[in-house]
Amino acid sequence: MSDVKPQDFSYFPGCSLATTAAESNRSLMQAARILGLNLIELEDWNCCGSSSAQTMCRNLSLGMAARNLSLAPAGRPLVAMCPRCLHYLRSAQQCLQADPKTRAALEEKWGRPISTDLEIIHFMEVLVRYGLDRLKANARRSLKGLRFVPYYGCTLARPPRLAKETYFQGEMEHILTALGAEAVPDALMYRCCGSFLSATDPEIVTPLVQEIIGSAVAAKADCLVTACAMCQLNLEIRNTNRAKIPIFHFSEILALALGADDYEEWFVRHLVDPRPVIQKLSKAA
Amino acid sequence: MSQVQPLVQEIVIPDRVKADNPRQSLAAEVAERSGTELNRCYQCRSCGNGCPFVQAMDYTPNQVIRLVQFGLRQEVLTCKTIWVCVGCHTCSSQCPMGIDLAAVMDTLRLMAVEAGVVIGKPNIIDFHEEVLRSLEKYGRAHKLGIMLGYKRQTGRWLKDLDLGLRMLAKRKLDLIPSRVRDANKEIADLFTCYWRESA
Repeated sequence: MSDVKPQDFSYFPGCSLATTAAESNRSLMQAARILGLNLIELEDWNCCGSSSAQTMCRNLSLGMAARNLSLAPAGRPLVAMCPRCLHYLRSAQQCLQADPKTRAALEEKWGRPISTDLEIIHFMEVLVRYGLDRLKANARRSLKGLRFVPYYGCTLARPPRLAKETYFQGEMEHILTALGAEAVPDALMYRCCGSFLSATDPEIVTPLVQEIIGSAVAAKADCLVTACAMCQLNLEIRNTNRAKIPIFHFSEILALALGADDYEEWFVRHLVDPRPVIQKLSKAA
Repeated sequence: MSQVQPLVQEIVIPDRVKADNPRQSLAAEVAERSGTELNRCYQCRSCGNGCPFVQAMDYTPNQVIRLVQFGLRQEVLTCKTIWVCVGCHTCSSQCPMGIDLAAVMDTLRLMAVEAGVVIGKPNIIDFHEEVLRSLEKYGRAHKLGIMLGYKRQTGRWLKDLDLGLRMLAKRKLDLIPSRVRDANKEIADLFTCYWRESA
């Protein structure tokens, strides 16, 4: 531990942040850079397995997640941004803790040790440890006047199998209100976004998304802030309400407050243009 | 004169009665594999009332539990509900008896795949297979490839075409997949499960 700097973290981006949600990845990197957190991308990471591997074959699901654990250097926590990736990585670790035989077989297969006490945490946990006061001291842009719904979706707050792990109910509010924004909690913050049904059965998902967005509009929020890249995408693409309301990745709002200036590059990738909300914010400032 | 057959044949009485079906009950099997005690369910329907997807299901989650308890294997493994469930855990967190219904759904899906029964929502398993094809090839999910493959399977090319084009225009769908360096070696090796033979 001693020769590892405390602000070094292994970082698992996952498929969404590497592609469709590249703007979340980019803004996260900016925020981390400003805070002096060194997120080191896990070398040659693979997909966590996601719901599809979990559905079709337990061994495959375990193997996909475990390979990532085998790539993580010991001594520094593994950080994920996507709640589902976090969930599958943690589940695999629990599985391997209980099943040393499988663990040994995988270690032999890959010729790498798999640490079962590797710390696997969400980026939100990194911020909690960093401390709200230090975070505030780094703020460069006030979020005053931004009314946001903290949208957690389902995974960051639930899976009972991992009930002993920390979940981050309330954490987005703590952080963003400390940076000046105003939380609007009376909306559907934990209602599931529809997950992969958005791809297979949009007619099931569209009314759900409309309900979520409708609740945010009724609560007079300017935007929703999501903890999950898939939620962000589903809320954008399946909203057929006339009222369009921008959906931000949590990392975008965080990086914005910390003074990152390449936000135009993130925002042009949104399907609902968030720039009017941001302009309103800068005018108020 | 032929010998008269005895009216009553000698009956062999076994010293122990063997049960007809020594197989584990469905409820015990699901409880064991899912790690959740589903016999605690008293049909309060909290799960069904909270589920965001219940309208697209043929049985509510509590009804699925009932089917399992009644041992109605065929009905439960071929139902739509287990495939519509995305595992958001709303039901699990609302259940007053602490039953992890999402884990039950997880287990039933796996059992349906293993048993090779007719799948209640075939388009959803098509999608999962398409995702796995992508993972096998690249080690990561290539969304454009997955959606094209899924469309090829379902034949619904026009559905969401406008959305796909908008996402392409926003460069949200990468043409070239992001991939693991030695996907052929370490990743493809993991794809040795039964679903491959059946697919």
